[in-house]
Amino acid sequence: MNSEAGMIEGTFQGRLGEFTLDAQICVPATGVTVLFGPSGCGKTTLLRCVAGLERLRGRLVVDGAVWQDSGRFMPAHQRPVGFVFQEASLLPHLSVRRNLLFGFLRTEGAKPISLDQVVSLLGLEPLLERGVERLSGGERQRVAIGRALMSQPRLLLMDEPLASLDQARRGEVLPYLERLPAELSIPILYVTHDWGEAQRLGDRRIPMAAGHTAEAAPIDKGSGETDLSARMARLGPEGLLAELQESGIPHDVGRLTLAALQSGLDPWDPRAQSEK
Amino acid sequence: MAEVIWLTVKLAGVTTILLLILATPLAWWLARSRAWWKEVVGAVVALPIVLPPTVLGFYLLLALGPDSPLMRPLQAFGVRTLAFTFEGLVIGSIIYSLPFAVQPIRNAFQAIGDRPFEVAATLRASPLDAFFSVALPLARPGFLVATILTFAHTIGEFGVVLMIGGGIPGETEVLSIEIYRLVEALEWDRAHQLAGLLLVFAFAVMLSLLLIERRTGRLRP
Repeated sequence: MNSEAGMIEGTFQGRLGEFTLDAQICVPATGVTVLFGPSGCGKTTLLRCVAGLERLRGRLVVDGAVWQDSGRFMPAHQRPVGFVFQEASLLPHLSVRRNLLFGFLRTEGAKPISLDQVVSLLGLEPLLERGVERLSGGERQRVAIGRALMSQPRLLLMDEPLASLDQARRGEVLPYLERLPAELSIPILYVTHDWGEAQRLGDRRIPMAAGHTAEAAPIDKGSGETDLSARMARLGPEGLLAELQESGIPHDVGRLTLAALQSGLDPWDPRAQSEK
Repeated sequence: MAEVIWLTVKLAGVTTILLLILATPLAWWLARSRAWWKEVVGAVVALPIVLPPTVLGFYLLLALGPDSPLMRPLQAFGVRTLAFTFEGLVIGSIIYSLPFAVQPIRNAFQAIGDRPFEVAATLRASPLDAFFSVALPLARPGFLVATILTFAHTIGEFGVVLMIGGGIPGETEVLSIEIYRLVEALEWDRAHQLAGLLLVFAFAVMLSLLLIERRTGRLRP
């Protein structure tokens, strides 16, 4: 078991309705790991398996603690995770403060993350006594992130926390997300289909396609380019393909990505798919 | 007359309290279970809506009468029959009003959806904790509607209470039966008073229900 300390190791296999997941994660329990792939590829399902919200066959060990194996399934409420859903999903009958404290009050043991720290980290001071109905989309998502942090997670799971926001609101929340890893030493699993978000926030990337995962690969922070089509313009199609492959994206997924980019679509963007 | 009104309110009050306690777990199970056969239970619960009250009253009379096998365990305690007693009326009213309590609460539980419970689970709330801290507060409008409907429906029932109550003054004679008796005795003035009272009450009930609906509809995001 000692070999797994400091690691997040999981395998999940099974069907959920029409969908088949066959996924593996093996990453250090530090920094930001991005689960990256087009919509419908199983990123969210994998994240829900880690949280214990879905139950598939498999095994999950987080920093030496067994959360799931053949004989054992730790229910969601016993796992020390924080989960940020795509929609903020604040509890509508509670104020911002009561939402933030919901998990905090139900957590036992040492509580290194305090309300003051979360409030200043996410700029929540002016919102504390408000009801949640009147908050803007960006404010709601910041409260949701704060609420997850307040439950003292040992692993933070974020399911496309920016996807339900418009461009301006994304710009408002993104800086807060960027500060998280430096301020708190909690490993983060971050689901996104957005190349730019993955580049800006991630330390490493696990590419996913059609329910399968590839090996985790480090993200090159130096490149600076966050737009996939801009990158293709500079490197040329073959250059981009080579780079996609280098960062662990399977060859056929890379080919499809290129084909879509050349026809003017960003294949990682779910809006592009729904327009078809 | 005050005695009749008091008995009627007491019957409706006791029925409402007991029914809310009984209906809440039942509605929760009907709302959250994935078993197909829960709708069989749902249909049995809804039966009093379409069943003639006299039919329900007839079976209850048999079930609560001295020859009923259901009464045998109680006979050891010296209770021979529950027919024509206040307790019998409460049992009858609970069954008769069951759908009016279960349905609004079930709808309210269903409207919450899965997400708030997933949120609660990822914030360390056990399922029981989430029931009290998330489900009950979010379903509050449903409980309000169930309370009002059950109370009002019990006040207004006639067929069932006539069958199993028989209209014994001070024990089982409620408002609706008193009105029937007054009309038969040609005491029109007193019948007018009681009928008018129930009319105003019914209007107040419907108005408050519509206002609740309006308010919760507006609160919904």
